[in-house]
Amino acid sequence: MLFVVDAVSPTAPPRGARGLHRFANPGRFLRLAGRVLPWVSAIGILLAASGIYWGLFIAPADWQQGDAVRIMYVHVPAAWLASAGYLSLALASAVSLVWRHPLADLAAVEIAPVGAGFTAICLITGSLWGKPMWGAYWVWDARLTSVLVLFFLYLGHIALTRAFDSPERGYRAGAILALVGVVNLPIIKFSVDWWNTLHQPASITLSGAPTMYVGMLWPLLLTALGASFIFAALVLARLSAAVMERRIRALLAARAEAA
Amino acid sequence: MTHLAFIIPSYAVALVIPALFALDAWRRVRAARARLAALEAGRRR
Repeated sequence: MLFVVDAVSPTAPPRGARGLHRFANPGRFLRLAGRVLPWVSAIGILLAASGIYWGLFIAPADWQQGDAVRIMYVHVPAAWLASAGYLSLALASAVSLVWRHPLADLAAVEIAPVGAGFTAICLITGSLWGKPMWGAYWVWDARLTSVLVLFFLYLGHIALTRAFDSPERGYRAGAILALVGVVNLPIIKFSVDWWNTLHQPASITLSGAPTMYVGMLWPLLLTALGASFIFAALVLARLSAAVMERRIRALLAARAEAA
Repeated sequence: MTHLAFIIPSYAVALVIPALFALDAWRRVRAARARLAALEAGRRR
């Protein structure tokens, strides 16, 4: 019983949020996560491993960059997931602020470290790619700087959600920061078009055909899809742990009250 | 293969960071499940 009392808001959810609130029941969420998680993890590992093997050993080297182009197969998926992860953080924050969905708070808290990790991968592999190509590990280029700002936004969210005695205040402050930080996403995306940058423009767009050799495109798409599944699996696993930890706190509080 | 000094650390970072997250998540889930089972058993008694 405490499981439900702890997790579900005492006020009835708004009409539009009732579908979402079906998953506010931690027991239901844990059962669903337990069933989905092994599949999501296995698919992610399989896709990423195939993409990495293809990218490292089958795909051709670039005529200008040589084998350094193979860094692309880890750098680009990490960059996409850094932005996509932040978008999911902002969505969870919006759901938390508007509908007070109890799992949305926890989801935001658990997405932020994983997003920061993938942003770190993007920045580090970008530096390692930049050194042989540009002659420098780092330049204060618009794309690099805006991704660094994204990394700081993630760190800010992690720090802010843990900075208050009351977790609810931390969740609310973090949610506001996450929503304000969304403004950085179009800046990252269009920085290579708006300013003169060392970073190359996008090779894959939704509006046109990719400007990349198909033998390089497929392993890139495979690693990106695999990394997306791995990202989702990590967040699901962390969220399951967070739901159980919340339940433990509730049980301990109930026990202390009874004693 | 050229540029191995940059390629190897890139792939190492891309594998190690998610692996650390996975390890941490697994450890948290395992600890929480055990603690929860102990607390639930205590409540039932």
